Amino acid sequence: MSILHAIFQPGLFSNSSVQDAAVVGAVVAVVCAPVGVFTVVRGQSFAGHAFADITATGGSGAFLLGVSPLLGFVAMALAGAGATELLGAERQRGRDLATGVLLGAGLGLSALLLYLTTTTESTTGAAVTVLFGSIFAVSSSTLPMVIGFGVSALFLVGLVYRPLLLSSINPDLASAQGLGRRTVGLVYMVSLALSVALSALTIGAILSTALLIGPAAAALRLARSPGRAIVCAAVIGVTATWAGIILAYDSYNWPTAQQGWPVSFFVVSLVLAAYLLAQLTSRRARRA
Amino acid sequence: MTTPGGLALAHTPSLGGEVPALEVEDLWARLGGQDILRGVSFSVAAGSLTGLIGENGAGKTTLLRAILGLLPISSGEVRVARGHLGRRSIGYVPQKVVLDPDLPVRARDLVELGADGRRLGIPLRSNARRALVDQLLQSVDASHLANARVGALSGGEQQRVLIAHALASQPQLLLLDEPLASLDPRSTQETASLLGRIALDRKVGVLLSTHDINPLLPVMDRVVYLAAGRAVSGRTEEVVRSDVLSALYHHHVDVFHAHGRVLVSVGQEQSEQGCELDADDCADRESPSGGDAAGGPSRTATVAGPGKP
Repeated sequence: MSILHAIFQPGLFSNSSVQDAAVVGAVVAVVCAPVGVFTVVRGQSFAGHAFADITATGGSGAFLLGVSPLLGFVAMALAGAGATELLGAERQRGRDLATGVLLGAGLGLSALLLYLTTTTESTTGAAVTVLFGSIFAVSSSTLPMVIGFGVSALFLVGLVYRPLLLSSINPDLASAQGLGRRTVGLVYMVSLALSVALSALTIGAILSTALLIGPAAAALRLARSPGRAIVCAAVIGVTATWAGIILAYDSYNWPTAQQGWPVSFFVVSLVLAAYLLAQLTSRRARRA
Repeated sequence: MTTPGGLALAHTPSLGGEVPALEVEDLWARLGGQDILRGVSFSVAAGSLTGLIGENGAGKTTLLRAILGLLPISSGEVRVARGHLGRRSIGYVPQKVVLDPDLPVRARDLVELGADGRRLGIPLRSNARRALVDQLLQSVDASHLANARVGALSGGEQQRVLIAHALASQPQLLLLDEPLASLDPRSTQETASLLGRIALDRKVGVLLSTHDINPLLPVMDRVVYLAAGRAVSGRTEEVVRSDVLSALYHHHVDVFHAHGRVLVSVGQEQSEQGCELDADDCADRESPSGGDAAGGPSRTATVAGPGKP
């Protein structure tokens, strides 16, 4: 009883910041599940990470302009998706190079924007918020936007689910059915961009792929079909996010901390734990 | 481009009143500035199995891709029988399909995607869909593999699941690119006879490419022999003959029969024209290989079986 009390501390469920964070976190984790599964199956985790890095630029720009960081994240991630498709979608190598070059440029610009923000506003909060996220600081007015972008990403993935799955399993089989790689690939890229932007809002631009790739990678180890892998990834993602929020709320009262520990730390650690656990159980199951 | 007299046989071979699943007429196709197909003509009857025989670089894959419409053709015509609902549908099993063993994709999932991989939206569970998949897997002797991860199956098992995937759209024509390559001898025989049975039972025209003619001999109705972009076609005994293949290759070809197997041996090429036709083959010829050292000036083109004379 006392352990339960220690975990679910008084005020947890009545705190409006916690409530908003719980909704945002759940939406983001659910959106990241199908997109993350396809990202891992297609072997495009690197593209996801590159988007994550350049979303930092968008977030910093948004702070400078005084608009919601989510808008900055989304705008920059979409621009990144368009640019990678345009620059070198034909060959894997070309795409990697294009992504790599964009990534460096994006982070460099982000450094400038964050510097300008700190000099004008004399606060270092922006950098931490953009790079490492602050789900408790998400304003209630951002909530409809989060849900809107989330539903859009889910709709896009759902729309091209079968062609995307077939081309992710084997591109030759997809083209044998007369499926163009470009269209399906572009729709996927847009949903990836939206998911990365949403994830950046929750746990920060730098860490956002952790929520995208981690649960999906764990789920792919455990599940037996693509559909179940997506459901499994959603469960892992939501659990890690909610547990992370609870732990971060509790950490305000931990003796070591003057203030609460960052949510991102807890979420990312829990995702890592889930991945390692999945790795272990699937290996044991295979040996048996 | 002149067509040698010996190739007259290639044009509009009669199918004896059978329904054609595929008709190819004087097909030319270019790839990277080179003519890969140089006036190929043949037809495949519904319910029959045709072997597309040729060495590496002869243009087999190009021909299959041209039939599928994945490659623009320079001239000529490809006519494919229309399936149910008047849709032009071709089942295709590509060459060397690599399926990741780490992906949670069951044989059942892959076959389902063959039926509706083009459709938009999330698939809904339905008994009809499940029954179709069960029936397809049964027709390739893979019912017991339905819930296994495709990536973890053996080469022969994967090939059978891929055939079920290709048949799921209920095509009139089934194309397979080297389906027997890299299978062990037993799976090779099993897959060949399975394809013969599928052609008969489902009234599908089956066209499969292979560099080894022997596994197909018991099940093959017709053969299309491809060399340097030109083809002869007809019944096996009409085509796989020294005079016909010599005319196709532009130099002397020996055909040996031994223990029910066929050995096609293409002699050392002297003319420079042959080299123009196929740069890859020329490179092969110039490099001293173990085969040359052992076999003197002749080269085994199609097969080297254990029953080699």
